[in-house]
Amino acid sequence: MSGATSAIGNILIGGIFHAAVLFLVAAGLQLVFGVQKIVNLACGSFYALGAYFAITFVNLALNAGLPGWALLPLLLIAGLLMAAVGPPIERLLRAVYDRDESFQLLLTFALVLMFQDVFRFVWGANPRSLDNVHLIYGKWAVGDFSVPFYNLMVIGAALIAACLIGLFLKRTNFGRLLRATAENRAMAEALGVNVRAVYAAVFTLGTLLGTIGGALVVPTAAASLDMAVEFVIEAFAVVVIGGLGSMPGALAGALLVGLIRAGSLVVYPEFEILAIYLIVIGVLLLKPTGLFGKTAA
Amino acid sequence: MTRGSALLLVAIATVALGLVPMLAPPFYANLLVPFYGYAIALLGFNLLFGYAGLLSFGHALFLGIGAYAAAVIAGVWGIKEFEVVLVGAALAGLAAALPLGWLAVRYTGIFFGMLTLAFGMLAHSILFKFYHLTGGDSGMRVPRMRLLGLEFAAYNKIELLAGPFYYYCLTLSVLAAFLMWRIVRSPFGLHQRSLRDNAQKACYLGVRVRQFRLAAFTISGIYGAIGGAILGFRIGLADPELVYWTHSGHLVFMSVLGGYSNFLGPVVGALAMTLLQDQLQSFTQYWRFVLGAILALVVIFLPRGLAGLACDVGVAVGRRWAPSAAGSRDSA
Repeated sequence: MSGATSAIGNILIGGIFHAAVLFLVAAGLQLVFGVQKIVNLACGSFYALGAYFAITFVNLALNAGLPGWALLPLLLIAGLLMAAVGPPIERLLRAVYDRDESFQLLLTFALVLMFQDVFRFVWGANPRSLDNVHLIYGKWAVGDFSVPFYNLMVIGAALIAACLIGLFLKRTNFGRLLRATAENRAMAEALGVNVRAVYAAVFTLGTLLGTIGGALVVPTAAASLDMAVEFVIEAFAVVVIGGLGSMPGALAGALLVGLIRAGSLVVYPEFEILAIYLIVIGVLLLKPTGLFGKTAA
Repeated sequence: MTRGSALLLVAIATVALGLVPMLAPPFYANLLVPFYGYAIALLGFNLLFGYAGLLSFGHALFLGIGAYAAAVIAGVWGIKEFEVVLVGAALAGLAAALPLGWLAVRYTGIFFGMLTLAFGMLAHSILFKFYHLTGGDSGMRVPRMRLLGLEFAAYNKIELLAGPFYYYCLTLSVLAAFLMWRIVRSPFGLHQRSLRDNAQKACYLGVRVRQFRLAAFTISGIYGAIGGAILGFRIGLADPELVYWTHSGHLVFMSVLGGYSNFLGPVVGALAMTLLQDQLQSFTQYWRFVLGAILALVVIFLPRGLAGLACDVGVAVGRRWAPSAAGSRDSA
C-alpha cells in the first residue's frame, strides 16, 4: 500500500473511531433531549467520569492479576458502574421539569462546574492515562498502514450499541412507551404511562451511554479536566447537525464530525474545529431541525 | 417597595461603592473593577434575556470583542486613549452584533441559544487557531491607557486601577444603568416584554418582531463589548478564554443568581459572584464545586434570584410594619 492510501486509511479509521465515541455520548444527549426536552450540558461530565473511573478501575483490576485481554469487559463494567450517578441526578433535575428551559440548562451547567472539581479532588489536576494496555489486542497491519484492533473493537461496540438502541426503541414495549412520552407527554400520562419511571430510565440510559463512551476512549487518549467541557460542545455539534432528538441523525452527525476532524487535522489544522462550527451554523440556519430531524419540531 | 425607596437604595449603594477606594485597602477596589465590567455587560445581556426573553449561550463573544478591540486599538495601533477604545469597542460590538443578530433572531428558545453558542465557539476557534493574527492561546496584550487624556504617571498599575480607573468605571456603570433604565421603560422596552410574553399576539398587533429582537441583540452586544474593554484593561490581556462557552455560562449564572426578572438583578448577581468567587478562592481550591452547588440551589429554590429574595423580604417587612402603623393612626 502506498503512502497516500495509508494516510487516507489513517484518516478514515481515526475519524470513524472518534465518531464511534462521539456517537455514544451524542446518543445519550439525544435520548434525554428527545424524551425529557432537556439539553444536558453535563453529558460531557458523564463522559469524563467514565474515563477517569475506568483508569482507576482497570489499573486496580490488572494489578489484582486479571489478564490484559480482560480490558474491554473491564472498561464496559466501569462504564456501567458509573451510570449509577444517573438516578440521583435525575432526581435533582425533577425540581425543574416544569420550569423554563433556561433553568434546566443552568442546572446542568451547575453540574458541569461541580463535576469538574470532583475530578480535580479525586484524580488531581494532571491528565491521567492508561499506558498502551490496549495494544494487547494486537494490530491490524497492511503495508505501512496499521491500526490497533482495540480501535476496531470500539467501532464495533458503538455499532452494536446503535443497533441495540434502535431495537430497544422500535421493538420493545418500553421503547414504545418511551417514544410515546417523547411525542406527547400529557397524552402518555393520561393513558397510564408512568412518566416518572420513563424519565428516570431515560436519564440513566443517557448517563450510561456517556460513561461507556468515556471508558472506551481512555485507553487511547488521556483523561483531563478539560475533556468534559470540550467534548460536550462536540457532542452538541453532532446533535445539531443530525437533528435534535433523532438517533439516525446522531449517527450521521457523529460520522461527519469525526471524519472532518480527522481529515482537517491532516490537511489544514487551523480548520479543524472551525469547520465543525461552520457546518453547525449552516445547518441551524438552513435546516434548524437538522439533517434527520422532523420538520415540525 | 415604592419607587422612591428603590431610588434611595440605589443611591446609597452607589455612594457605598464610591467610598470603597477611600475606606478599604486597594485590594478591594481592584477586586471590584471586573465587577463593573460584568455589571455593564450584564445590563445589556438582561435586555436580551430578561426583557426580550432570548437566552444567549454565547454572549461572552461580545466581552471578547471588547477586550480584543482594546488590545488592537491601544496595543497594535498605539492609540492609548481609553475613550477612543470604548468607542472602538462599541463599534466593534455593533459591527459583530448586526450580522450575527440578524441570523440569530430568526429563532427563539433553544435554537437561539444553540446558534449563539455556535457563534461564540466559532469565534473562540478563530481566536485560538489563527496564531499570527490573535496570538493564539496566549492572547494579545492590552497596554495601560490614558483616562480623559490624563496619564496618571505617578500611579502604578494597581493604584491606577484602585483609584482613577475605579471611579471611571463606577461613573460609566451608573451612566450605562441609567441609559438602560430609560431603554427598558420606553415603549421600546414594552415592545420587548410583549415579544417575550406572547410574540404571536405582539406580531398580530403590528410589532415588527425581528427588527425589535435585532435591536435588543445589538444593544446588548454593544454593552457586552464595553464591559469587555473594561475587563481587558483590568487584566491587561485579551485571550480566547474570554469567549469560551463556559464564560458565557457564567454570564447566565450571574444573571440568574441576581435575578433576571429585576432590572438591577444582574448587577447584584455580578457583585455577589465577584465577592463570592474571591472568598471561595481564598478558602478552597475547589471553589467551582461550591459555586456549582450555589447555582443549583438558586435555580431550584430561588428562581427570582437574590434581588427577588430581597424584594420578598422587603415586602414582608413592609407588611409587618404597615398594619401597625395604620392601626396607630386609627387609634389616634
